[in-house]
Amino acid sequence: MKRTFDVAIAGGGIVGAACAAECARAGMSVALVERELVGGGATAAGMGHIVVMDDSEAQFALTHFSQRLWQEISAELPPTVESEPTGTIWVAADDDEMAEVQRKHEYYAARGVRTEILDQHSMREAEPNLRLGLAGGLLVLEDAVVYPPCAALYFWKRARDAGATLISGTVAKLEAGSLQLADGTAVAAGVTVNAAGAWAAELTTGVKIRKRKGHLLITDRYPDFVRHQLVELGYLKSAHSVSSDSVAFNVQPRRTGQLLIGSSRQYDNESKSVDHYILQRMLERACSFLPGIGTLSCIRSWTGFRAATPDTLPLIGPWPESPGLFLATGHEGLGITTSLATARLLVDQIAGRPSEIAIQPYLPSRSFMESHA
Amino acid sequence: MKRSFDVLVIGAGPAGVAAALRAAECQRSVGLVDDNPSAGGQIWRGGVAHPNGGTPWLELLRRSSVTPLYGTRVFDQPAPGLLLAEAGETLLELRYQKLVLATGAREMFLPFPGWTLPNVMGAGGLQALVKSGLPIAGKRVVVAGSGPLLLAVAATLRGYGAEIVCVCEQASWRNLATFAARLGWRKLGQAVRLKRELAGVPLYTDCWPLSAAGNNKVERVVVSHRGLHREWACDYLACGFHLVPNTELAALLGCQLEDGFVKTDPCQQTSVADVFCAGEPTGIGGVELALLQGQIAGLCAGGDQSGVVELVAQQKAMRPFVTRLAKAFALRPELKALAKPETLVCRCEDVALACLRECTSWREGKLYTRCGMGPCQGRVCGPATQFILGWHAESVRPPVFPARVESLLAAALNSEMNAATNANTNSGERS
Amino acid sequence: MPEEISILVNGRTIMVPAGATVAVAVTMAGDVCRTSVSGEARGVLCGMGICFECRVMINGHDHCRSCQVLCAPGMEVVTGKSGAP
Repeated sequence: MKRTFDVAIAGGGIVGAACAAECARAGMSVALVERELVGGGATAAGMGHIVVMDDSEAQFALTHFSQRLWQEISAELPPTVESEPTGTIWVAADDDEMAEVQRKHEYYAARGVRTEILDQHSMREAEPNLRLGLAGGLLVLEDAVVYPPCAALYFWKRARDAGATLISGTVAKLEAGSLQLADGTAVAAGVTVNAAGAWAAELTTGVKIRKRKGHLLITDRYPDFVRHQLVELGYLKSAHSVSSDSVAFNVQPRRTGQLLIGSSRQYDNESKSVDHYILQRMLERACSFLPGIGTLSCIRSWTGFRAATPDTLPLIGPWPESPGLFLATGHEGLGITTSLATARLLVDQIAGRPSEIAIQPYLPSRSFMESHA
Repeated sequence: MKRSFDVLVIGAGPAGVAAALRAAECQRSVGLVDDNPSAGGQIWRGGVAHPNGGTPWLELLRRSSVTPLYGTRVFDQPAPGLLLAEAGETLLELRYQKLVLATGAREMFLPFPGWTLPNVMGAGGLQALVKSGLPIAGKRVVVAGSGPLLLAVAATLRGYGAEIVCVCEQASWRNLATFAARLGWRKLGQAVRLKRELAGVPLYTDCWPLSAAGNNKVERVVVSHRGLHREWACDYLACGFHLVPNTELAALLGCQLEDGFVKTDPCQQTSVADVFCAGEPTGIGGVELALLQGQIAGLCAGGDQSGVVELVAQQKAMRPFVTRLAKAFALRPELKALAKPETLVCRCEDVALACLRECTSWREGKLYTRCGMGPCQGRVCGPATQFILGWHAESVRPPVFPARVESLLAAALNSEMNAATNANTNSGERS
Repeated sequence: MPEEISILVNGRTIMVPAGATVAVAVTMAGDVCRTSVSGEARGVLCGMGICFECRVMINGHDHCRSCQVLCAPGMEVVTGKSGAP
């Protein structure tokens, strides 16, 4: 059975769903192909942190733009999306890290992002459960928290209301002009999109995406134990490390009062089971920043796989080897944040309209420095 | 705190006690773990009046060399041969050569309007409270649901002075009569004794609860009986729909399950080396079967197979009872319609049936509505959604029971695996 | 005749038989264990530590399953927490 669409998107995570909504909004006929459920994959496994990042101009541009898009829709998000303007506090352990805080503050100020430098005293007021002796931190006021599976579902429903079709099935073959499901169904499309996240390289040979395993834990409800998303400044070193396993302090308060405790990164481990030595390191880190966290009741731990590219930037745009095939993948730990901007930039390129930010840094045609063994 | 045993038994109900005693007879060091304050599980629950729970097995246990580890809850297996448990504020590292899982069963709960009212409890739940000192004399109790547990609970509560208004069994009269006709002499004698203890108490079959109502707690119950609605005032509704096996720890350990039960060979060995399973997790079969399976597991884990053959034969002869029990108390389809759209199905997260009906699988329900994401991790809502919606709950992840963050972290793992992999980890504090 | 011990439930002294669980003490005090996320009063359901409806705060520790904790003299129990919005 053959069906024809303007756009067929492989992968119903938050990026695929956002792309479906944006394409449908632009008047295209859209098929979203998902093998399990919309909002699964890394979308279901990760923290829903809407965060602006400064590790490169390109990362800043994309996250800042996307954060604005989230803000534009925040009033219409249903309660199930649990959107909370918690803000982020980047935690500085010592004076070296406070210098980094100062640099970030100036960087963001120059680009119109509101931040506040917190000294020891104001940090304690903002987050009484952080340990004594921390030097301070940077409060990024407009960062927020959402519940990703329901956000993805919401994006999908908007797409559906604008005429998009959900096809349940596993994509066996993805090409320019068509995709084929494992059961033999063929879907023809003017444009096909690989939004398969950690599995993107399996659908498109040559795409430089590696699976990067992460762990999270969730506690029972402890309202007000932590008020902001708390991230240590060392988080970036962890996110950028290209070979070894690493952990970094990253804790999120959910609207429910539960705490999400992360984060970890591992390459070359495709097992879904929880690695106890990673859990141990992650929790040690958490306890060192939040001493009281030790007595909290932890309900569950789990793992997930991020889609990591060699230069930490996602792949958004045409795949040069296959005109008509686009990529919208490789978002590593920023997929929730940049889902909306990704969708916008993708549709800009499909429709040939100008984009609000430069698209070059995210083009799949860019060359990567050979940075890892 | 670190302990090491030749044989570690998880669960101190009949199966676990039997396993522990037999393993100890094999001259092995044996540890017996249970998360309740004392041994006995549910059926031999002692409580304040009868600490021995009315069985000689517990006295034998007390006099044996088995190390009791009560008030202790296993939550994870970080490496083969090692279990982590919490006991109050203490973390325990329990090492073993052989492991016997005797984790028993829990009551199945079905949602219906008013089921979340205080004083609507499981049948075993109310019995546990009463044995633990809750005054019940003079209180009106309706017992409803399904399973042999209902009569046992009604009799026990009556013995404590409760006024049993009635016992409502959803199974049909025909199913019960068929079941009773095949009971062996001993079980028939037990049934007759129960009936005598409940003389004067109406026992209704083809009868199930429709709703519980009251102001801040249950005050009256409406049931359906052969097409008619009947209503009674009551102080407690003890309501449970037979039993589901506690297989979570077995699943975490990687044991193969079949139709929701742990698969074992005739020696009670599971699909995982050195891990045995006995009692209800292998099939709901009651005390006698649990005692047989426990003994078999204990002897095999203890390394003395000489007495096993006879026990295995007895166990085999009792297996048909498991099937007959399941058939007799199978839940009728009318029970799927008890819950209304606004009736809560997930009690940890307060998710109503209407929200769940929009989802097509357990995983969808969980991700989109949070059903099953609370501390019970689907132990209550899982069987209910399976029955009403046909969903199957998914993976078990650590901790298998909630545990403190410090417990998850404090285990100093000395395994070679941990030491080797630690070499590859760097933490965020160094570049 | 089992001896009695006294514990505090929501600031009130309750006498319970030795060997009684905290769940019993809460029920004898006429209180409910916790408030659910949508504001419902909840008490004991399973009585064996798997449903988590009986959670109370004991001696400052929240989310304790009261059906599995024995009363100890002088214990301080606070109900109505454990998951309340």
